[in-house]
Amino acid sequence: MSEKILMTSGDIKRTLLRIAHEIVERNRGTEDLVLIGIQTRGVPLAERLAGMIREFEEIAVTAGTLDIGLYRDDVSTNNLRPIIHDSDIPIDITGKQIILVDDVLYTGRSIRAAMDALMDTGRPKSIQLAVLIDRGHRELPIRADYTGKNIPTSQNEEIKIHFKEIEGKDEVIVTKRTQNP
Amino acid sequence: MTTAFSEHDNARGFSSPSATLRHRHILDLDDFGRDEIELVFKTGDAMLEVLGRKIKQVPTLRGKTIANFFIEPSTRTRSSFELAAKHLGASTISLDTAKSSMLKGESFISTLHTLQNLGADTIVIRHPQAGAPYLAAREIKSSILNAGDGWHAHPSQSLLDLYTIRQRLGNLEGLKVTIVGDIKHSRVARSNIWGMSTMGIKITLCAPYTLLPRHLDGFVSNSHLAPIVVTTNIEKALKGADVIMLLRLQRERQESGLLPSIREYVRLYQLTEQRLSLAKPGALVLHPGPINEDIEITPEIAYGTQSAIDKQISNGVAIRMALLYLITGGNHAE
Repeated sequence: MSEKILMTSGDIKRTLLRIAHEIVERNRGTEDLVLIGIQTRGVPLAERLAGMIREFEEIAVTAGTLDIGLYRDDVSTNNLRPIIHDSDIPIDITGKQIILVDDVLYTGRSIRAAMDALMDTGRPKSIQLAVLIDRGHRELPIRADYTGKNIPTSQNEEIKIHFKEIEGKDEVIVTKRTQNP
Repeated sequence: MTTAFSEHDNARGFSSPSATLRHRHILDLDDFGRDEIELVFKTGDAMLEVLGRKIKQVPTLRGKTIANFFIEPSTRTRSSFELAAKHLGASTISLDTAKSSMLKGESFISTLHTLQNLGADTIVIRHPQAGAPYLAAREIKSSILNAGDGWHAHPSQSLLDLYTIRQRLGNLEGLKVTIVGDIKHSRVARSNIWGMSTMGIKITLCAPYTLLPRHLDGFVSNSHLAPIVVTTNIEKALKGADVIMLLRLQRERQESGLLPSIREYVRLYQLTEQRLSLAKPGALVLHPGPINEDIEITPEIAYGTQSAIDKQISNGVAIRMALLYLITGGNHAE
């Protein structure tokens, strides 16, 4: 197993700041904007993006969290039982411009589940997707509107993202498994 | 191999190995660990969020079938399970003895086989005889959820009681809970003794001698249970209680000679304002229902600010959704 650092704490900060600016630019401001982090690793990202926008636009931006466990497509077909975390969306999302935030975009299945979960809580005006890493290998017709970094990977590579809020340190690492278990 | 959700996605759910339910069936809480009860609570929190939405339905158990097999009258438990299954998107079958062919002499076991062959992934059973759900669990492949068997166990009720206490008082460890009423014939009390002990609650049982189970001391000392205080004096039992749980008094107890009269029971054991004031200020009042107003509790307390009886009913749906989610058709570690 080999490890390589792809993004340092400074890289992550600059990338998120760029995404935060892109979000405000594309939506022409912050009106009706709601950032929603997908549990668990999209949550700190959504909070950071909201914090950055608050700082440079000097206006409050709503952030929330969404758990997709009850919407995963492997619950009823593969009989998996993921742990269900809290969802906390502090406002009615109907008519809002939702920015879904996640750490890694891979198969696209999490995002499909997240969109279904969102739609059950209201009817947003639009849903856009922001991810820190796009590692390819999509299995569904889903793409990100805001991408931190494209990292083409093979399927036996694994992307690990560490966050200050969870692991105490910001970094993106790619590890390669020598053999499939 | 299906790629399904990636390792990255799985990290969302399978971070710690203890965070799974080790049970295929839910029969009682005697073999439930604290981590499993916490998992039920955590899942219950998410279900409560679903129940707070305009559209109270998620597609999680789409394509699964849940059978309610009730061989004893029940309103709230049965409708609670039925709603829970529907909110999770499962198909439901309901059998009750009044309408089923058990009237024509079909046996318990053969009815279970019928339900299994109809495709029931989980069968929720209420049976007047203690142990019937255990027999079912041995006999068929579906997951069994005990919704009350005789005087023996009622695990979903205990879990929703614990959940309601945790919701109102914040935590469970070290609380003093006093259970008052017909302990002897109460499956709710029995499951709660297990569940509450596991969560570190100090239990006091209070009833007249005729309504206390025999050999309770031996039962407690032969198990992992913490010591339980047993008393016939309600004033003593209520002193310093954080939670008071009342049990329904069946009128037939008086008819069968266990009580001289209902009036005497009311005089000695009814929860009145005066008695309630002996407990901690703001102590929580619970009752599994249905309530006999003016027997075990005064209506003023039952519908007062210290009562969590309404919450027990709404939390009941969330906890039953959590239980159905955790056992229905899952990959169970045997």
